[in-house]
Amino acid sequence: MKLITVIIRPFKLDDVRDALTEAGVTGVTVTEVKGYGRQKGHTELYRGAEYVVDFVPKIRLETAVPDARVDVVIDAILEAARTDKVGDGKIFVTPLDHAVRIRTGEIGEDAL
Amino acid sequence: MNPQRAARLSLAAACVLPAFACAATPQPDKADTAWMLVATALVLLMSVPALALFYGGLVRSKNMLSVLMQVFVVFSLVTVLWCVYGYSFAFTQGSAFFGGTSRLFLTGLGDTFRDEWALAPTFSKATPMYEIVFVAFQATFAAITCCLILGSLVERVRFAAVLIFVAIWFSLGYLPVAHMVWYWPGPDAYSEASQVASLNASAGYIWQMGALDFAGGTVVHIDAGVAGLVGAFLLGKRIGWGREVMRPHSLTMTMIGASLLWFGWFGFNAGSALEANASAALAFLNTYLATACAVLAWTFAEWILKGKPSMLGAASGAVAGLVAITPAAGNVGIAGAFVIGVAAGVICLWGVTALKRRIAADDSLDVFGVHAVGGITGALLTGVFNSPDLGGPGAVQDWVTMTRGYPGILAQLWSQVKAVGITVAWSAIVAAAACKIADTAVGLRVNEEQEREGLDIHSHGESAYDY
Repeated sequence: MKLITVIIRPFKLDDVRDALTEAGVTGVTVTEVKGYGRQKGHTELYRGAEYVVDFVPKIRLETAVPDARVDVVIDAILEAARTDKVGDGKIFVTPLDHAVRIRTGEIGEDAL
Repeated sequence: MNPQRAARLSLAAACVLPAFACAATPQPDKADTAWMLVATALVLLMSVPALALFYGGLVRSKNMLSVLMQVFVVFSLVTVLWCVYGYSFAFTQGSAFFGGTSRLFLTGLGDTFRDEWALAPTFSKATPMYEIVFVAFQATFAAITCCLILGSLVERVRFAAVLIFVAIWFSLGYLPVAHMVWYWPGPDAYSEASQVASLNASAGYIWQMGALDFAGGTVVHIDAGVAGLVGAFLLGKRIGWGREVMRPHSLTMTMIGASLLWFGWFGFNAGSALEANASAALAFLNTYLATACAVLAWTFAEWILKGKPSMLGAASGAVAGLVAITPAAGNVGIAGAFVIGVAAGVICLWGVTALKRRIAADDSLDVFGVHAVGGITGALLTGVFNSPDLGGPGAVQDWVTMTRGYPGILAQLWSQVKAVGITVAWSAIVAAAACKIADTAVGLRVNEEQEREGLDIHSHGESAYDY
């Protein structure tokens, strides 16, 4: 199993969710986050006061998938989240040791 | 004692006796009374909630309730002080600088049981108003003026210090300026040419100069803006000023506040005609138009100079326009409203950017940059656009014959300059003294930890938002 953590542009969330559903992903956790990468922040001007806002709002999705489906899911995300501009985000894949469905006690890939 | 008012009160009282010819005593017009009561309520709306929301949206969320609370309580405090002694010291005859004591605790306004009421003058002969209406109308002016100052002090001032500062500044700053600018015997007193000199001498110092201030450019806005700047200097900058991000926490509320200010300002400016007449209607349209001009001027100037037209800019432009048209409202024609509105939008944008950088005080919500700068802009341009040659109505020069005239642009402008100068100096000195006294008594600022935690939790024990 792999845990796929994805940082995307907020307005791409619906597209990515649809793509993940088509790719057979049955569950996703979504968090509103702020961060910075190569995409620069922006300045905000309030009358005479100018503030540099370094942290850009992003959406973080987390989903656990069986090893066999990792490439399909990554392709789906790439297709849905890409705008070809700086700031499209990142996909991180990490090994996942264990999973349990709380309601039934199922473990491993059965729990996904 | 105000002999004119006392005489009218006794005349009104005499009317209940059938032996007197009552037709000789003009009574207040019901339409005028209705309009002035509504106008008074509109001016109340300008403070609570309009100004409170306008200011509240501009601070960080941890200080939201402290701003709402300061405005709410200062408004109430000044209203009470107004009825205890403020009205008497502002609007009864005394010296040219300070009124008398004949209306302390609002005594002498009438006999409620016998339904006999003291009458106050308006700007037309034989057109009195109930003095109790005038008391209430002017109370809302005194109260909002003190609330305006708060914008310079927010996010670090101690609540007790606010109350002490306001009580002192209201008594020795606002009341004398209101008396100097607005106290006069009223048109009915001027019945013979031989009385004119002594009647004029009984009026307020700035009124005697012939300075024009329709609804409070000097008394309200320059007064408050200068006091705010002095307060900001003596209070010091907020922790992290210029380094930390101090973004407004809700420009949505600021926009609602600015819009309600615009609405309430019709009571403020058109109500200052004291009658439901053409002068009120002119003030109404000028208030409407100049504000729209200022919104456009600020928006386009900001768009050109800073790259983006901002909501805060548009809302600030509206307030700048409202401030600047205040002394002018019924004193200029439509051309004046166009020019004053556009000028206010551009000049106040300069006031809150380039001028503010040079002053380098943490006037947190730009009370000086908008209210003092806008008020001075309006006060001076009132002197210019009052000219009949520029579409203005001029002003009554001879109250015996009610003859209108205009002394010339330079002469009128000079009167306006003197009125502005006296107001600036008077307000600044009293504000500095009031700050020192409040600082000695309770300390002006909260401590650093409390300031970082936020005034809502520290000073008031509650939070504005549940998240």
